[in-house]
Amino acid sequence: MTRSAVVVGIGNILWADEGFGVRAVEALNEGWDPGPDVHLVDGGTQGLGLLPVVEDAGLLVILDAVDFGLVPGVLMVATDDEVPRYLTAKKLSLHQTSFQDVLALAQLSGHAPARMVLIGVQPQDLETYGGGLSPAVAARIGEATDHARAHLADAGFSLMPRNTGSDVEPLGPVAVAMPLYERDTVSPDISETAP
Amino acid sequence: MSSITTPNGFSVDNSGRRMVVDPVTRIEGHLRVEVNLDANNTIQNAVSSGTMWRGLEVILRGRDPRDAWAFTERICGVCTGVHALTSVRAVEDALGIKIPANANTIRNLMLATQWAQDHLIHFYHLHALDWVDVVSALKADPKATSALAQSISPWPNSSPGYFRDVQTRLKKFVESGQLGPFMNGYWGNAAYLLPPVANLMAVSHYLEALDFQREIIKIHTVFGGKNPHPNWLVGGMACAINLDGPLAAGAPVNIVQLNLVSSIVDRTIAFIDQVYIPDLKAIASFYKGWQYGQGLSGRNVLAYGEFPVHANDWSDGNLMMPRGAIVNGKISEVLPVDLRDPNQVQEFVDHSWYKYPNEAIGLHPWSGITDPDFRLGAKTVGTKTHIRQLDEAAKYSFIKAPRWRGHAMEVGPLSRFTVGYAKGMPEFKEPVDKLLKDLGLPFEALFTTLGRTAARGLEASWAAHAMRTFHDQLMANLRAGDLATASTAKWEPSTWPAEAKGVGQVEAPRGALGHWVHIKSGKIESYQAVVPTTWNGSPRDPAGNIGPFEAALLNTPLADGTQPLEILRTLHSFDPCLACSTHVMAPDGGELVRVQAL
Repeated sequence: MTRSAVVVGIGNILWADEGFGVRAVEALNEGWDPGPDVHLVDGGTQGLGLLPVVEDAGLLVILDAVDFGLVPGVLMVATDDEVPRYLTAKKLSLHQTSFQDVLALAQLSGHAPARMVLIGVQPQDLETYGGGLSPAVAARIGEATDHARAHLADAGFSLMPRNTGSDVEPLGPVAVAMPLYERDTVSPDISETAP
Repeated sequence: MSSITTPNGFSVDNSGRRMVVDPVTRIEGHLRVEVNLDANNTIQNAVSSGTMWRGLEVILRGRDPRDAWAFTERICGVCTGVHALTSVRAVEDALGIKIPANANTIRNLMLATQWAQDHLIHFYHLHALDWVDVVSALKADPKATSALAQSISPWPNSSPGYFRDVQTRLKKFVESGQLGPFMNGYWGNAAYLLPPVANLMAVSHYLEALDFQREIIKIHTVFGGKNPHPNWLVGGMACAINLDGPLAAGAPVNIVQLNLVSSIVDRTIAFIDQVYIPDLKAIASFYKGWQYGQGLSGRNVLAYGEFPVHANDWSDGNLMMPRGAIVNGKISEVLPVDLRDPNQVQEFVDHSWYKYPNEAIGLHPWSGITDPDFRLGAKTVGTKTHIRQLDEAAKYSFIKAPRWRGHAMEVGPLSRFTVGYAKGMPEFKEPVDKLLKDLGLPFEALFTTLGRTAARGLEASWAAHAMRTFHDQLMANLRAGDLATASTAKWEPSTWPAEAKGVGQVEAPRGALGHWVHIKSGKIESYQAVVPTTWNGSPRDPAGNIGPFEAALLNTPLADGTQPLEILRTLHSFDPCLACSTHVMAPDGGELVRVQAL
């Protein structure tokens, strides 16, 4: 019954740990060949624009930074009906409201994903504009992608590891992919002025 | 103060009850609005505040200018394409890079697609709920709804059974308690004027538009390689074209894909002309008496111009959507606009949370400074982390105050149509006159919240037909043997001057957008973006002029003094996007909407 799976990383890479979801899906793409039935998507902060991406997915895996009020870097996994509730548990950024709306609209229009998994990390820093991931959060990328692969495998989608040295089609422009972005990052210190 | 008249002619009185709406919902980004209400719940003062800081300008410094688009498209989720396009145009302008004819046509087609899609989404998914009562739709008679739909449009999905199905789905959805986008509505408010049948028709089309918007954006996937986040390129477009080539991932765009684009264009025209426009008229006919929200519309409006017919030519005569400024309501006179002139576009910060060495003056974006300075005025109620009431006499927003020759200006579809109308261009004048005539409204009715919403619909139709023009142009040029989509002549930094300045402009769906770049030794020395919501959401300036949102809210009565429905209606008519104009700094929102009466 499950014909295709979608792994979508959401968040804004320009806001430090907000970029976790996108970085995690990039990492998945670096290390693993998704094959023809699994779509890896850098969802950014597109609100309704993500509707076509999630609609009719047999399995939707969402990678995101979600504030559970836990210790930074803690990973958590929610499935199916828990997902919308977790996405709004504690709203910390704009995209979460709209992504929850995306899921609701997919349901209203009769195209809800058959199954959903949310893999979320507790962020540490969401305020450094132009910053990269904080170390505690970056350290969990591998584990998050392991969870994603395990859920994909359970649904019948086993990803094969890429051969070392093989050419990987990046998900987006290399200038904003993690290595170059973080190498050249310069952030203004405005933490003292936060309202 | 209690009552004053601003230099731009608005009477403002902050003595009444203060109402705070924070955040304003169904927009991108964080916007806070505070108003003072008199004893009749009519707005006498309005304060618009972007509560997030955005430091794009700071993080682009030192980067490769050819990569800037990839960063700028990340500043906002819904405006990705327009920022990317503005950025590549700015860099091309700085470096004197000429793009091929096909690249110009493809960009025009992608931008027109973005307009049609954005306007459609805005009308049905962000704005309609300010006019349409979803809960009332549950009470409609499907048969009568069908009769209404068939009386206004030949659109085929209009049978009683169709509307009954939608009603059943909606009922199930509402009963499931997972209201999603319908949460926090002011259902039942007396300011909702549609009968149940019109509400059901509109909700049905809300769902159809949802299905359709996923079709239309496939055009971006064809030319941008993927969506979301299509690829852009300094020097042209990243897609190669080979009409007879195979259909395969990574292969050049071929005739099969171009035919798909053509069929999407046809369906876009049909949907907008047979669903969106008839709905707009039907809804407007019930709100004709609600003539509020003029603000700066019809008085001070600005359009940068868009859709160059021939590549690399930004002269007035080559732009399908005209450029120009109108000030002080003199519609008979469209003034020339030059984005390079240091005396025209300037940003002020004396009421914004930034600092300049001298805040009495404005800075042209090429000399712009983005240096945050979060300080509250003496009359602020609350603390830095929990502001209960802003002090608009001091700094009160993370949005700067852009001015054109010192004037606060409204931008967006209504401003563009006003400039086109003022220039006597029939493609803008005729649809406006026809709509007003059909609704039995005078010309002045155009300059209202309703007029702003109507102009967006007319523009969506204009854009859909323009998509056809652009696709035909592209096919003709390709068939004539010109397949070039990019110029690489000046790709290498060794071919660039040691120092260069450029400006990129785009009329984004929500209004005039500009990026000003300064390149030095192959790297970005400075970068400033002035986005549409910076214009429309602008705070006060040193002279005391209020901004377009603020002006448009004045004198509007609230049907229920505890519900900001009319405030949302007018703000949404601008299609605000705060994610671009400001950036995050606010503490956790917690509740979705906080309406405070002080």
